[in-house]
Amino acid sequence: MSFATRGFSGRRRERDDRLPPGQTLVQDWPVLSAGPTPQIDTGDWALTVRDETGTEHRWSWDELLALGVEDVTVDIHCVTHWSRLGMEWRGVSLDKVFEDVESEHEFVMAHSYGGYTTNVPLEDLLDGKAWVAVEADGAPLDPEHGGPARLLVPHLYFWKSAKWLRGFTMMPDNEPGFWEQYGYHIYGDPWKEERYW
Amino acid sequence: MSTEPAASTLARPRTRPAWHVATVAETRRETPTAVRLVLDVPTWPGSEAGAHLDLRLTAPDGYQASRSYSVAASTPAAPGSPGQVVLAVDEVPDGEVSPFLVRDVRPGDQLELHGPLGAFFVWRPGQSTRPVQLVAGGSGVVPLYAMAAAHAAAADETPFRLLYSVRTPDDVWFADELAALAGPTLALDLVYTRRAPEGTADVVGRLTRESFAARVLPAAERPRVYVCGSTGFVETVAGWLQELGHAAGDIHTERFGGLT
Ligand SMILES: Cc1cc2nc3c(=O)[nH]c(=O)nc-3n(C[C@H](O)[C@H](O)[C@H](O)COP(=O)(O)OP(=O)(O)OC[C@H]3O[C@@H](n4cnc5c(N)ncnc54)[C@H](O)[C@@H]3O)c2cc1C
Repeated sequence: MSFATRGFSGRRRERDDRLPPGQTLVQDWPVLSAGPTPQIDTGDWALTVRDETGTEHRWSWDELLALGVEDVTVDIHCVTHWSRLGMEWRGVSLDKVFEDVESEHEFVMAHSYGGYTTNVPLEDLLDGKAWVAVEADGAPLDPEHGGPARLLVPHLYFWKSAKWLRGFTMMPDNEPGFWEQYGYHIYGDPWKEERYW
Repeated sequence: MSTEPAASTLARPRTRPAWHVATVAETRRETPTAVRLVLDVPTWPGSEAGAHLDLRLTAPDGYQASRSYSVAASTPAAPGSPGQVVLAVDEVPDGEVSPFLVRDVRPGDQLELHGPLGAFFVWRPGQSTRPVQLVAGGSGVVPLYAMAAAHAAAADETPFRLLYSVRTPDDVWFADELAALAGPTLALDLVYTRRAPEGTADVVGRLTRESFAARVLPAAERPRVYVCGSTGFVETVAGWLQELGHAAGDIHTERFGGLT
């Protein structure tokens, strides 16, 4: 149903094939959060994965890094219409985190310090598709951008890349997380513009 | 410590966002750098105070740009009367969309809207009797003005307080409307960062944690707080609020972008 708006020609016009529909390329890094920015010291930080038996797998900051930090160059797409291309990150692959987690469940709720949650199918976190990110643009991740550690799932809209990550809970069903309960899409594929539902 | 963000009000029915065609009915200078757009939207379902929408522009060759804007006021469509949506847009220098909206848009022009959006940064009458503190920086007043107006329209008696930081008296958005709303249930407090009105003793300067603390409801009153403005403004204010003892879960934020 799109029509041209009189007089609009557009100035940015990046016609890069890596930009999903409705996205604009930015060079800076905007911030989307529903509340204040939590400040978490890496000394107090831990990552926990909890399965259906209630078993908790836990990593301190140093233990997480010891799993192996890798360089990751990916494009990220925020639901508020900006994208960054070829962004440089460092993080720990979730394949390593989930290696010893035995679970029948196919869905995961990511939990953040500050209480936010977001749901992701387990298969979207495995096979080299997702990381616990600790650095971006060559520096430790700022609290504003989710530091000390955030989830990085670049093939989904960026709210799925939970900031201030503190753990995962295995779920039998695809329950909506915080953002999803407020109307963001349950899955969030930027190529299909799954922004809201 | 980790206060869960209030997830208790979730299960209520919600207007699903949809695409709408809007026709510009009126454009009005809001401040030297901002414009108010009154849009006729025949299919607008109405929206809650604080909600926003995505506005999409298409060029003749199909190139598109989308940006989010808060709804300052809206009327749902009803049989025989089209819906109306009021937006207010600040010109971000060198921006792609905002200079077009501020300078080039004229009555009769058509735009595409997708919304209403955002069920978290909203205020609903009767939701809670705890006092409400609104904190706006510049254009960030738009959704907070909508909340103050909804509060008055509902004759809701929850105490409301709005702290609004602007550069000069010329930069106050919705100046007449806010002045009319100020009264027993809305305390309005303007802070001028560059120039105060002539003949007043108002102190000019950026807010500090101390001057901020003196002008907002204390944490002991457990207000629900809504903060909106540029990313830098929101980061600073939300940090102060926590230092002043407000629980993270009581602080709702909307960041409009930019660094300062
Ligand atoms: C939920 C939401 C609601 C919003 N509501 C309103 C509103 O009611 N009124 C309004 O005027 N704006 C609002 N905004 C901001 C708006 O979406 C655009 O970001 C803004 O109009 C700039 O768009 P642009 O295309 O002109 O600039 P762009 O071409 O996108 O950006 C140009 C440059 O300006 C920077 N920039 C972007 N936004 C800002 C900003 N706000 N302050 C300083 N620098 C900035 C960018 O980072 C970029 O470097 C809202 C944003 C969000 C996320």
